This record gives sequence, structure tokens and C-alpha cells, in this order.
Amino acid sequence: MTGYEPVIGLEIHVQLSTRTKMFCGCELSFGDPPNTHTCPVCLGLPGALPVLNARAVRHGVLIGLALECEIAERSLFHRKNYFYPDQAKNYQISQYDVPLCLGGHLGEVRIHRVHLEEDAAKLIHVGESGRIHGSDRSVVDFNRGGTPLVEIVTEPDFHSAKQTHAWLTLLRTTLKQLGVSDAKMEEGSLRCDANVSVRPIGSTTLGTKTELKNMNSFRFVERGIDAEIARQIALLEAGGEVQQETLHFDPATGRLTSLRSKEEAHDYRYFPEPDLVPLAVDEEMLAAARAELPELPAARAARFEHELGLSAERARELAFRAELADYFERALAANGATSADVESPSADSIRSAGPDPVAVANWIPQLVERIGSEADPAQSKVAPGALAALVAMVAAKEVGREAARDVLTRLVAEGGDPRAIVQAEGLGALGAEDGGVAELVDRAIAADPEAADRVRTGNAKAIGPLVGYVMRESKGRADGAEVGRLIRERLLNQQ
Amino acid sequence: MTTLIELTAAAAAERVLAGEIDPAELFDVYRSRAAADQLNAFTWVADGGPAPAPARDAPLGGVPLAVKDLFCTEGIPSQAGSRILENYRPPYTATVVAKLTGAGAPLLGKTNQDEFAMGSSNENSAFGPVLNPWDRSRVPGGSSGGSAAAVAAGLAPWAIGTDTGGSIRQPAALCGIVGLKPTYGACSRYGMIAFASSLDQAGPLTRDVTDAALLFRHMVGHDRRDSTSIDFPGEIELPRTETLAGIRLGVPEELSGEGIEPGVLESFNATLKLAEGLGASIEPCRLPHAPHALSAYYVIAPAEASANLARYDGVRYGLRFDADELTEMYSRTRAAGFGPEVKRRIMLGTYALSSGYYEAYYGTAQKVRTKIAEDFSNAFAKYDFIVTPTSPWTAFELGSRTADPYAMYLNDFCTVPMPLAGIPAMSIPSGLSEGLPVGFQLAGPAFSENRMLAAAYALERAIGFDGSAGRM
Repeated sequence: MTGYEPVIGLEIHVQLSTRTKMFCGCELSFGDPPNTHTCPVCLGLPGALPVLNARAVRHGVLIGLALECEIAERSLFHRKNYFYPDQAKNYQISQYDVPLCLGGHLGEVRIHRVHLEEDAAKLIHVGESGRIHGSDRSVVDFNRGGTPLVEIVTEPDFHSAKQTHAWLTLLRTTLKQLGVSDAKMEEGSLRCDANVSVRPIGSTTLGTKTELKNMNSFRFVERGIDAEIARQIALLEAGGEVQQETLHFDPATGRLTSLRSKEEAHDYRYFPEPDLVPLAVDEEMLAAARAELPELPAARAARFEHELGLSAERARELAFRAELADYFERALAANGATSADVESPSADSIRSAGPDPVAVANWIPQLVERIGSEADPAQSKVAPGALAALVAMVAAKEVGREAARDVLTRLVAEGGDPRAIVQAEGLGALGAEDGGVAELVDRAIAADPEAADRVRTGNAKAIGPLVGYVMRESKGRADGAEVGRLIRERLLNQQ
Repeated sequence: MTTLIELTAAAAAERVLAGEIDPAELFDVYRSRAAADQLNAFTWVADGGPAPAPARDAPLGGVPLAVKDLFCTEGIPSQAGSRILENYRPPYTATVVAKLTGAGAPLLGKTNQDEFAMGSSNENSAFGPVLNPWDRSRVPGGSSGGSAAAVAAGLAPWAIGTDTGGSIRQPAALCGIVGLKPTYGACSRYGMIAFASSLDQAGPLTRDVTDAALLFRHMVGHDRRDSTSIDFPGEIELPRTETLAGIRLGVPEELSGEGIEPGVLESFNATLKLAEGLGASIEPCRLPHAPHALSAYYVIAPAEASANLARYDGVRYGLRFDADELTEMYSRTRAAGFGPEVKRRIMLGTYALSSGYYEAYYGTAQKVRTKIAEDFSNAFAKYDFIVTPTSPWTAFELGSRTADPYAMYLNDFCTVPMPLAGIPAMSIPSGLSEGLPVGFQLAGPAFSENRMLAAAYALERAIGFDGSAGRM
């Protein structure tokens, strides 16, 4: 059986978090009563004219810069004609052959283009299915109509569904960091379509692609693409051909259904929007946007890796979620302070006497595990300084690793100072010089003579149960490595 | 009363401001005349309540204004001459109308027009044709035919209309009044029900050049609701010059020879003689691409219209014919709501923009448009104004040209090149041919309206046209 290589490109629609809509003064809203944020412009009433939202342009420029695109000095808006009740004008104002941004990349994925456009209104299908087929009727909520959007189109640089998921996470963090969007898929402020094709490994021509529409979570994007890759490969294996079509992925059933075929493709009859003048971006606007650019996740990950010594994987894990990276940097800067009144971290304070960045970074996943994977640690009861203090105590062997995990659990539940918790609970580490550990080692050997014998005869793995006994009995206060050393010393030196 | 209607709008405003005329009486006189309209010029007339009192010292003095139906007026029917906007009452008022009423020109009525401004005879209106006050068996021209007829007949002191390919100038010519199509962007288009967005401009239709200047003065200006509008450089002045000394007029061969009715040509040439007498120099010139203007116009305007008119789908406002299926509802509504000329242009425009045809039609038309603009700018290096007959002929018989769309399109032969170039142009009455008014057109560079109004004023004085025969 021939191997196949999937080739995937993404088209991402991002709602911009401006105050008002793309072409009128109506405020953006989410969840307000239907049709309460409308005016003659976004209702497409006769005689109304669009006026471009300057803030949306600025957001578009920021995105373009963050994705290292070329920003067009002069770009054009076009009318994209299609008859559908979600467009009050029955055309959408979008950008076509002269978009705001061209080229660029984010991580290893190249960006084809980024352009501005207006969102459609929301169609609500009344009836059991909630989908258009089989609904009793459809009603239109124009609150969403005219919301500013950017469409980001990638090159077909993805070769697995998993890769799209990881990259989308990076894109979302980048957008949030830029402050240009909430980028919430579940609320529709980030939407993703995928163009999927497969080809025999080694081939350089692209196979026929299909388009997967409107998947509403990163997980569904991944599952949808996987399902489509499998479908296309099965089809080719059976001697069939992939038809160019638009597909809908149903996450509940895992099924792909065809929305329309190539023959039904729209002729959008694009032409330049005569109601708007060309969009000019001058050097001044670019300079202002550049000055506003925050440190972006990709750059932050590189800094964590190269300046702080984190592994590439850990650096991305933190940097690609800004709230984790922010918390991490505050912990480094806190340098033992347990209250929240830490000044913003400076590079100096991070590099100097503070706790070991690698050690602190390794404890962040522990914290995340305890507060929930979606939660922001800054909202938890654990002050960044408290985590730093705990890490410092472990490093100084003032508390054992196991006991420190319990302390962290306590911190998550109650907050406070780890030193106080260790003291109050008597969780301080038992050192080798501490008679208690020696006594526990003796008891462990006595309790499991068979294991002791196996260690004596050179089976290094057999030491596990003995160390486990001591850790259990010491309630985790002993240092595991130290205990192992003591046991080996006792058993091997006797011979 | 007779004396009141014999005053030009500017003269009436002056007398109101001097305390010599009661603006309420003036409004009532015109309201009764408009209400008794026998030309089908109005689609709506202000009701019999108390006349809206103008603000003290409002510069337009309470002189009532007739407004082409396609300007949105809050709470008042604004149907653009189309059945598809049956009983449509907008929730807002067009910027230009708000500016004029704010300056003291209260709304007298809405005037009949060709549907969505598509036509040159006012026969394409869902409300029926408008009759020419000079001869009721003839058309008033279009598309602003109602506004032109109302002013010519003295049913309104002054009016506004819109011009896309000649829709102010041609009916002004056929009705013996003054019509100005301003530089593109001089007046806000906000609230003007769009035909072809890159061409549409609002402008005055008035009894004389001074009235046009006064009304235009209060129409111009950048509007933050219309990105294509721009501030007019300087104020619009009321014209006073009585000479054309030093003015160079270019007469383009392409627009003043073949195809022009002899009577029209005679009046045109007589006007050139008068201009010469006032000190102007007159030379033949070339606008080599002007003969292609009509073809380019009939690609670009329908293309834009096909998108502009897509919103009339029966979903949100206006006419709706219900059906079981959405597309069936669309097609029944649009089939019943649009007239044949509008349908023809939607089809033309849709075709011209279609994949595979776009470059050949729309792309080529845009290139021609650029060439036409270049022709004008070359000509304006040598001449202050280009002058032509406004219309190749005088008012024609109702129904005489409806069967042949192309013959109808030729009405705009001399007026179409200017909007394609975005430049201002105006028509003034130059005399009569067989008892029917003839229009003389001046076109100038962008924002040359002050100079153009001054030249038109000087000519107007020399011509001494008497429009009173048109008044009823």
C-alpha cells in the first residue's frame, strides 16, 4: 500500500474586538437581544453608505505585522455578490485582488494573505434540528452583521491535523496578545475552514482538495481533518477520485456531508466597491502600529528557550499561552515574595539571584493540573511569589518533592505562604543526617527482605519498593534521591 | 399670487429675509399648486398642515423645495419611482435634504422619476410618465423629470435631482430650466437611493443660474457618512459677471455634429455667437474617446446597479410576494417589483461582471473611462470650458422611443462623458426650437463650479430666455 501525505491549508476568520462595526457606528455585541444593534448602514437600507472603521484597519495592520506580512500602501475593497438572507445588501464588502496584507509567516507556516471584510448576520433556524434542513423557518439577527473580520489564509503548509491544532493555538495566543480579538471559537469570534488534499508520498503535485467548513473548536478541526484525510485515502485506495466539494463535519457522528459541489460554486462577480475610497496605510500608521506590537508568543518562546534555558517544548507550552508565560515571569521576578505586590518583572531581576527558571517552569504544569487546564493561574490563590518560594525550598532541599506537591495542593485551595504551611504541617524535609531517615531505611529493609536481597545481588530496579516505603512512612518529607543513596549505601557496602 | 410665482427662488428668499413676503404664504401657494399638479410631477406633496416655519435668517428664506423621490426623507414615502419600494418610508433623511431644509428650504414634495434613475424620458416610472409642461404630449426628459417639470411649470420654486449620465441636465434642457451636475464628491450621496455609485451626484434644478448657485451653496460639503464626499474648496459664490472676456470655449467635434437635430444645432450655434460677443474665444476641439462614452457607461452603470439593487429582495422592506421557497419569494418579488428597463440593466450588469466576461466588459469599460478623463484634462489645458448641446434633440412624443432602448440611450450621448470623468457640467436654456426648449451644456474641470456658474450667468443674461410659457 502506497503511503499518502496530507496537504492542508487553513482559512481563518477572526472577529476584531473593535468597539463598533466595520462600516457603521453600531456597537458590537454578543448575546444581546436580536436586532438591537442595527442602523440603516448594517441593515443595508436604501441610500445608506459604508464608512471604514479606522480601528479595524489598525487591528488589521497589527495582525499583518505580527505575521510578518507585507502591508499594502494602498489596498482595495470589493463587492462580493451573493444572494442570501444573512447579507442585508446581498453582497459582502471584502477585499479581493489587492488585500491589506500579503505574504508572511507564523512559526513554520507561511501566510498567503490577510484581508479585511464584514461579517454576515446570524441566521437562526427555528426547529428541532437547529440546522437549515428540516427547520420550520429561519430568522435573521443583524446584530452580528457588519462585525469587522480579518480573513487569514495560509499556504498549504500543514501535513497533519495535529499540526493544524498546535498552530491554531499559537495563532489564537498571538491574536489575543495583540489585543485585536477574543479569538473564541465557541463564540464564533474565531472560525476555521480547512482545504484538505492528499497525495502519494514523494509527489510534488497537489491532489484535488475539498473544503471543510465552519468547524467550531480546535478539537473538531483536528477530528474533521483526520476524518477527511481518511475518507480521501480510502477513496483513492478503492480506485476512486476525490471530487472538489465543500463539506460539513458533524462532530457528533463524525460524518462528513457535502454542502455543494464544484458545479454549484458561486460566481461572486467581484468588482471594486465604489462607495469606499482605496485604503491607504502610510508610514506614520505603520510606525505607530510597530511601536504598539507586544512581544509575540513565537519570540517569547525563543527567549525562554535561549535566554532562560527552558526546553523548546516547555518554552512553547508556556509562551503559547500568554497567561502561563505571564505568570511564569512574575514568579521569576517575585524572588520569594509571597504577596501579589510584585513589581513588573525586569530582565535583571529574572536573571540574577531569583529561582532557577527551568525549575519554576517545570512546576507550572503541576499548578495547571490543579487549577484546571483552561484556568488562568493569575486568578488562582497561588501568588507567583509563593510558587517561586516553594520551588526555592525544594531546590534548597528544605522540603521534599513529594511533600512540595501536597503544599502546592494546599496553596491552590487556601493560598498563603508555603514556608508557613511546611512549618505548620511539619512537612520539612528529612535529611540524611536526620536520624529519622536512617531509622526508616532500616525499617524498610526489615519489612521487605526479598527486595533488599535483590538489590544486593545487583538488581537496581528492586530498590523502588524500599524507597516507596520510606517516602510513604515519612509522608513525603524525605528526599527520594537521598533515600535511594542511603539504601544503596546500607545494602551494597555491607558486602 | 401670480407675482409670487413669478419670482425666482433667490428673489423670493431675499424678500422673505427682508420681511416683504410671509414664508407661510409662499409655502401655501406652492403647496396648492403642487397638489393640483396635472403633469404627474409629484409622487407626494406636503399635507395641508401649518407650513414649516424657517429658522430666523435661514439663508434659503423658507422657499419650498421639491425633492426627487430617490432622496430618503424620514417617515415620508421614498420609492425611487419603483414598485419594489412601494410605500417605503425611510427611518432617516438624506444628508443633502437635511442640509437644505436646515438652511431654510422646507420640503414641498417628492418628485416623480424614472425607476431608480434609469431612463431619459420619465416613462420608466411605476407612477406613470411625467408630462412636459411646454407640450403635454411630450416627455420632460429623465430621470429627474418630475423635478424638472415641477420647476418649469412653476409648481415648485426649485428642486433637486440626481445625475448619473445626464439625469439632471437632459430634463433641465427639455423643460427649459437650469440643471447642474456637480463634481463627483461635492455633495454627499448619503441617503440617495443608489443607481450607479461611482457616477451618481445630487444637484439643483432651478429657474435660473443664480437659483442654482444659491441652492448648490447649501448642498456641498464633506459628509462623514459618505467616504467619497470631499469639502468644496472655497464657498459657492452667487454669479455676477456679465462678460466672458478671456474665456476660451472648446467645441468638441464628437459631440456637436452628426446626430444633433438641426433646430438644436441652430440654437447652439447662436449661443456660441453670443458667447463670442461677450468676449469668449471659440475653437473646435477633440475628445477622441467621447463617442465610446455611452458604451462604457452602459457597462459600468448597470454593473454597479446590479449590486446596488440586489438588496431589494422582499426580506426586510418594500414589496414582498410570499412563496413557499426563499428563492421563489425572491423571484416573484423582483419580477413584480422591477420594471422592464431596471431588469434589463440588472441583467446587463450581472453579465458584464460574470466570471470570464469581467475583463472584456467591465475591465475595458474602466479603461475607456480613464481615456475619457484624459481627453477632458487635455482639453482643459487649452480651454476653460467644453460646450455642447445638452441633448441631441428637443422633447419628444410620449411613447415614441420606448420600443427601442438603444435609441433611448442616445439621449445621453452628450451628457454621459462628464460623469465618467467625475467633472461638473450644467445645462442652461439657450432658446426654443419649434416652440420647445433647447439646452446648452458647459463642462469644466473638477471643482470649477464657481467659474462655470459665472460663465453660465453671463450667457443667461445674453440669451434672455423667457421660460414663462412653460409655467401653468
